[in-house]
Amino acid sequence: MSSESEVIDQFVEQEYKWGFYTDVETDTLPPGLNEDVIRHISGKKEEPEWLLEWRLKAFRHWQKMEEPRWPHVQYEPIDYQGISYYSAPGAKDKDRPKSLDEVDPKLLETYDKLGVPLHERERLAGVAVDAVFDSVSVGTTHQEELAKHGVIFCSFSEAVREHPELIKKYLGSVVPYTDNFFATLNSAVFSDGSFVYIPKGVRCPLDLSTYFRINAAETGQFERTLIVADEGSKVSYLEGCTAPMRDENQLHAAVVELVALGDAEIKYSTVQNWYPGDEDGKGGIYNFVTKRGICKGDHSKICWTQVETGSAITWKYPSVILRGDDSVGEFYSVALANLAQQADTGTKMIHLGKNTRSTIISKGISAGKGQNSYRGLVQMGKNATDARNFTQCDSLLIGSRCGAHTFPYIEVKNPSAQVEHEATTSKIGEDQIFYCNARGIETQDAVNMIVNGFCKEVFSELPMEFAMEAQALMDVSLEGSVG
Amino acid sequence: MLEIKNLQARVEGKAILKGIDLSINAGEVHAIMGPNGSGKSTLAQVLAGREGYDITDGSVAYNGEDLLDLGPEERVREGFFLAFQYPVEIPGVNTTYFLRAAVNALRDHRGEAELSAVDFLKLMREKIQLLELDESLLKRSVNEGFSGGEKKRAEILQMALLDPKFAVLDETDSGLDIDALKVVAGGVNHLKRVDNAQLVITHYQRLLDYIVPDYVHVLVDGRIVKSGPKELALELEERGYDWIIEEQVA
Repeated sequence: MSSESEVIDQFVEQEYKWGFYTDVETDTLPPGLNEDVIRHISGKKEEPEWLLEWRLKAFRHWQKMEEPRWPHVQYEPIDYQGISYYSAPGAKDKDRPKSLDEVDPKLLETYDKLGVPLHERERLAGVAVDAVFDSVSVGTTHQEELAKHGVIFCSFSEAVREHPELIKKYLGSVVPYTDNFFATLNSAVFSDGSFVYIPKGVRCPLDLSTYFRINAAETGQFERTLIVADEGSKVSYLEGCTAPMRDENQLHAAVVELVALGDAEIKYSTVQNWYPGDEDGKGGIYNFVTKRGICKGDHSKICWTQVETGSAITWKYPSVILRGDDSVGEFYSVALANLAQQADTGTKMIHLGKNTRSTIISKGISAGKGQNSYRGLVQMGKNATDARNFTQCDSLLIGSRCGAHTFPYIEVKNPSAQVEHEATTSKIGEDQIFYCNARGIETQDAVNMIVNGFCKEVFSELPMEFAMEAQALMDVSLEGSVG
Repeated sequence: MLEIKNLQARVEGKAILKGIDLSINAGEVHAIMGPNGSGKSTLAQVLAGREGYDITDGSVAYNGEDLLDLGPEERVREGFFLAFQYPVEIPGVNTTYFLRAAVNALRDHRGEAELSAVDFLKLMREKIQLLELDESLLKRSVNEGFSGGEKKRAEILQMALLDPKFAVLDETDSGLDIDALKVVAGGVNHLKRVDNAQLVITHYQRLLDYIVPDYVHVLVDGRIVKSGPKELALELEERGYDWIIEEQVA
């Protein structure tokens, strides 16, 4: 008969199943960051002059900035000169593949292994995938079908070449290059990412998805995603990510910008499963990400759903600026901090327009020695007449060595605005487990049942296949814990 | 069916059960009564396999098997059932889902096919009528926000679904008004057969007006100090426990 504490230990010792490394030839810049590096990245991508200038402005600004110290996380100082800022599969002098047929089979195999096949025959039905490997996109599926509807879905680099007017108009329009330390660094060195444009009145026929894979050692991943939903359009976008197991920490500093024009709707879902490091906190990804959307037009809607099970440290606050009247912002989050993981995550809902509404449902799960913080800002601007927010923030503790923290910030400048905040903290108790046992349910199944019950409101916001993946991932990430 | 011999158990170093002997056959209903702190609930928890109890001596044979050697979930699969004195709330876990998981864990153990959602609902509808439970409860989270009476009735519903061979009812009557008590007792009586047995733990005799035991045992300070026919319960009701304790001392 296994004791509950043993079961916790098994939870904590669960192995990371995506930790393999793909041995491919790469074109990798030596570690270090200066203006030449930025020129080099920009040159590699054959970028126009204005974009190089934008990067350089960001870099110069970054040099004057300080790394934020307010997050409730601890880590050794990052040596920004010790990181390589560009790594792409393929030899230096080779042209980039023109289509998926020309992509190195090893790369395709990697994505097969990750469960995201890119081949024509096996690719996921109903989901178009952009696969980003280290610093570059290796291919995007279903492009032709999307093109029929006028939907643009391609790598960021391709968008810079093919649709410069859209990039110029929207790049940095939600997260300016001066925004914060990590976003500014990203603006200087970003390598690739995905670009989406949904034309007026189009309901995107497929779910769009980007799968991020960090492979190379000692490199950072700095991707940038920009999604523009034109008036009356609708899109659902999914993001997944994994990385090999390494003893060193790796920096992932991404920026995601969403723009929803009048009556447009963007649903952005993330299942984040970067390598979390081991139980002593060795290795793992530093996931320092800026995600923000703007509901620019009236009656627009942006919904962020995130399931964060990976990363050594998570620092991200997917936010919505509710500028259009009657616009809606939603944030549904499950964040797991197991092993020695630290998560400081939440959202910002900035209400500017009249009758804007936002909903925040945050579920934090702490296990092992994990530290989980919810940090959220709800701001009601002076013109946000009749704006409403509802926040529910629940924490679940598994075991006695972990921690849960809540930092809610509320600023109200309009007297007609309504803000509601509810918070709970509970512990998976021995008595709950025993109760399940006493009904014939095994401890592991009981824990999964309790955790999934706790996450239900968030999982139900995910697209179907993703919800199942998230649930399975949660079960695996938590295999064995309670006490 | 159940043979308890010299069972001794400690909690945090303190002796609570000091040598229990009890033998229960199929088709029998036994009642255990006793003052607060006599070890009644400890006995129930030890039989169910709860952790935190240090069993220092004795044995429990269940259909010839060593019960104490089995994990709590294994006991359930062998037909053991405990109706909790304080049923536990599990937020976010739908009651129907929970009950189906429990029933299917049992069926799986017996090598039977899992019940589909439809078949399970049919089975459950049949059982909830027995307990006069509101069907809407089944859509809610396990025990969450249930009234005291609803929780106890839900326990008996679970008992009806799992159809145990040996059931322990730990103060199932506490917190019930007389109408609820009748319903719960009716449910339990309905489940009684010649091939199963029940151990009813209670503080008050009034439950035994409805669940009529074959034997009554009095537990005082970790030992069964007196056993007798059902009339013993009435005597206890009238005279309290003190006379037994005095008899012991004398």
